[in-house]
Amino acid sequence: MLQEFFSTTVLIGILASGIRLATPYLYAAIGETIGQRSGVLNLGVDGIMLMGAFSAFYVVFRTENLFLGLIVAMIVGGLMGLAMAFISVTMHAEQGISGIGVYLFGLGMSDLLFQKLVNNVETVQGFPEIHIRYLSDIPYIGEIFFQHNILVYLAYLLVPIVGFILNKTTFGLKIRAVGENPQAADTLGVNVALVRYITVTVGGVFSGIAGASLSIALLNVFQQNLTTGLGFIAIALVYFGGWRPLYVMAGSLIFSFVNALQVWVQVLGIPIPSDIAVMMPYLLTIIVLVLSAQRARQPSALSKPYMRSG
Amino acid sequence: MKKFTYLLLAVLFASFLAACGGASSNTTSSGTYKVAVVMPSAINDLAFSQSMYDALMKIQAERGADKFEVAVSDGVFVVEDAAAAIRDYASKGYNLIIAHGSQYGASLKEIAPDFPNTTFAWGTAGDTFGLPNVFAYEALSQEGGYVNGVMAAALSTSGTIGVVGPIEVGDAKLYVDGFKAGAMAQNPAIQINVNYIGSFSDVALASEAAQTHAAAGADVMTGSAQMVVGAIGVAEQQGILWFGTQSDQSSLAPKIVVASQVYDWTVVINDILDLMSKGTLGGKVYAVSLANQGLLIKFNPDYSLPAEVKTLAENTIKGIQDGSIKVEVGQ
Amino acid sequence: MRNYVNSLIDGLFPLFATLAALAVGAVMLLLLGANPLVGFGALLQGAFGSPNAWADTAVKATPLLLVGLGICIAFRSGVINIGGEGQMIMGALASISLGLSFPSAPGIIIVPLALILGFVAGAIWGGIPGFLKARFNVNEILSTIMMNVIAVQFMNMLLRGVLIDQNQLGAAKIPQTARLSTAFDLPRLVPTRLHLGILLAVLLAFLVYYFLWRTTVGYKIRAVGLNRFASRYAGIKVEQYMVLSLLLSGAFSGLAGAVQVYGVTHFMITDGTAAGFTGSAGFNGIVAALFGQLHPLGTIPASFLFGALLVGANQMQRATQVPAALITALNGLVVVFVVSSEIYRQQRVRRRAIAEMKKQEALASQTKG
Repeated sequence: MLQEFFSTTVLIGILASGIRLATPYLYAAIGETIGQRSGVLNLGVDGIMLMGAFSAFYVVFRTENLFLGLIVAMIVGGLMGLAMAFISVTMHAEQGISGIGVYLFGLGMSDLLFQKLVNNVETVQGFPEIHIRYLSDIPYIGEIFFQHNILVYLAYLLVPIVGFILNKTTFGLKIRAVGENPQAADTLGVNVALVRYITVTVGGVFSGIAGASLSIALLNVFQQNLTTGLGFIAIALVYFGGWRPLYVMAGSLIFSFVNALQVWVQVLGIPIPSDIAVMMPYLLTIIVLVLSAQRARQPSALSKPYMRSG
Repeated sequence: MKKFTYLLLAVLFASFLAACGGASSNTTSSGTYKVAVVMPSAINDLAFSQSMYDALMKIQAERGADKFEVAVSDGVFVVEDAAAAIRDYASKGYNLIIAHGSQYGASLKEIAPDFPNTTFAWGTAGDTFGLPNVFAYEALSQEGGYVNGVMAAALSTSGTIGVVGPIEVGDAKLYVDGFKAGAMAQNPAIQINVNYIGSFSDVALASEAAQTHAAAGADVMTGSAQMVVGAIGVAEQQGILWFGTQSDQSSLAPKIVVASQVYDWTVVINDILDLMSKGTLGGKVYAVSLANQGLLIKFNPDYSLPAEVKTLAENTIKGIQDGSIKVEVGQ
Repeated sequence: MRNYVNSLIDGLFPLFATLAALAVGAVMLLLLGANPLVGFGALLQGAFGSPNAWADTAVKATPLLLVGLGICIAFRSGVINIGGEGQMIMGALASISLGLSFPSAPGIIIVPLALILGFVAGAIWGGIPGFLKARFNVNEILSTIMMNVIAVQFMNMLLRGVLIDQNQLGAAKIPQTARLSTAFDLPRLVPTRLHLGILLAVLLAFLVYYFLWRTTVGYKIRAVGLNRFASRYAGIKVEQYMVLSLLLSGAFSGLAGAVQVYGVTHFMITDGTAAGFTGSAGFNGIVAALFGQLHPLGTIPASFLFGALLVGANQMQRATQVPAALITALNGLVVVFVVSSEIYRQQRVRRRAIAEMKKQEALASQTKG
């Protein structure tokens, strides 16, 4: 049984699965990272994902146009992000709790729309797997890395891009300044509210894509509560990664590899209770974080509304 | 702001009065039924809740909406909310209240004695608590599982079958165990990989489990509960055959769904209505099975099943119906 | 007195915000082809229309209040506990295990012990993230989210394993426990579903108030929340108090789970989600605490109002036959409107808070000196 476990089929399977599974976490967590770097905690990611997932699914279901579906999901996600920005920036609302409100709204609204507009469980033709020429033919490597749908590739492409924007551009500097010390940033002429509006809206767009990556790329269906709390895990992964895109990606991958591994453990009939197997990714994420020595400091102004007079 | 609030309060108060005045008295003439159903998941889950909803709609189509009124509260898993709903429907004069979820039993036991003229039905369960106005119903889903398993083993060329389950217990486990028994009976050398994903709703993990089964060489798959839509999607992409249960899943992937075990609760409901009209309000336990046509194997018309496998399936069904094949699982 | 009037006015803001959210809900009902007047009539009737309705509202409010009390403590010390769902589950599992193990023991012994056990189990499940935060600097949001899922899987394992009811009739064994002995039912207060838990919760609210505002430990917890750096400067062991507040926060959620089991459900069953057992009280308790301005006494009416809304909304669903999903969406809208309404009283509160902060700082420098 154990020899079987270390066969190439299984190893390739785990790695390929992990890369695919990590995709929605990656979009959502990278989006959340941008928002948190500017000091806004958005706990509503899961609700935004659900709205994105439904709208993408519905558009594709009606028009069979995948890119239109993706764009609508981005718009819907962006609008939800904008709403969250309005609540947290303009209304100075307690962010943890307003996020829960946004989550519940998305959870209910996506299901309501689904019941009214689609009603039956239906499937759509989602983004197909793209086998990148030459690369996908490389033994093992090709199978692991180069036989995924376009949204998977895009997710990994986003990581360096967002990392670059955050660390190497003026706008990234503004984001970090607003998240660390909004008073100082304000004094230096940075429009704190505008920066936060942009980051939270962009975060919403990413969450929308995260939802779409489920409903029109990986699963190609929509169902009530399709994400089952995936957005919350994504938020946890932001903390895991210490607000650095590359580490967030590492966290998403570790979590997803372990998840893929536990699926294989069961499939191979290794006698571990199924519940214990399902627990593993959650448990190991905490353990890995405890064991890894270095820890980033959180943005000082995280979840604190900024009031100019104060 | 203040004015607006007063206005709202006034509107709310007015509507409150209107609702109180509007509550109509419920008269029940013979042959007219007001039926309420409380269900744990959505009515369109293509699984457990939908099977009951479809049955009620079918009966309504036969009898007419004026003779068979249906009220639905779906997505009520939480026991105390369901209890409130059951009590409320009962006090509103519904004749038959169906608590479609095994978790509702304890509440029913408490509520039913307070409404001796109302009929309650619940399932899946085998216990009426000795109450004269409670029916119970369950499904011997291992039987359809067995039939599906026999077909699956006959159709598999790779010799590996994948199963995606929710939590390793209850109706799903019955079905899976029946499936395993059937497949082993057909081909003792068959390899059956089972994966319980720990959730009734995690479509993404169900999909990944199916991917894993595919990578492990499965060319036939099955699964139970509402999250299997994720697995069916993968099966369709990879051209892996699929066997469904609870509701007819052919529409999801017409090319690869071979057959589905369908729960047809109309048998149960019609019998309950019949007994009610004769003045019996409860006390009976139903078990839908292949023999009483409460469980049906629906073949997908779009899938061309080899004739010999179809004959095999039909013979297996007959065997289970007449008792020559015993499906011994679940205990 | 003046303080009292002030907080009364503050307390009304959430109410207005709720009404505004319901106005949006009315539009949604219209769009769904339902009559909002019938809908809201049913909402009011479902929440307050009869003694039974009042009782249902109070029963719904009980776990919200208990979880909310824990949230008050956590927020006051500046930590966020979104692990209420998992902590409720662990509390429930611990308490029901006791009752199932000694079915013929006298209730007067088992029930208090079970509630204490639930309290302790919740404390452990909340204390772990606290410890991880203090010792390893693991963010509590991460650990509480992960531990919610772990708790659910642990529940699945127990309910289909050692705790499963072996005497179930019928072919399918459902992942549920046997019913607890009726001797262990929390006493009912009037002939409705109302149980002793609500009195316990209200009593504890006063205790938490006393704890936070009248004891040194409570004072230090609040000081840590108000200004972590000043507190450290003043010699308060900040980490220790964060662990303590997360631990207490978890304990109250655990107690909520135990009270749910002994007061309402009397057995446990799983559908593989946390909400299946908690009814999302672990989340809604956070909202209730905020409705109550993170004040233990304010959380009492806030939980009641929120409980009424949840109970009434279910009734509205039945009366109008709109999909239950609308209720969830509406719940979210209410939360969003209420938190957003904060800004309208912020000026008032902030003035008072600054005054208090100055007092605290003066006190802190005294302590140091």
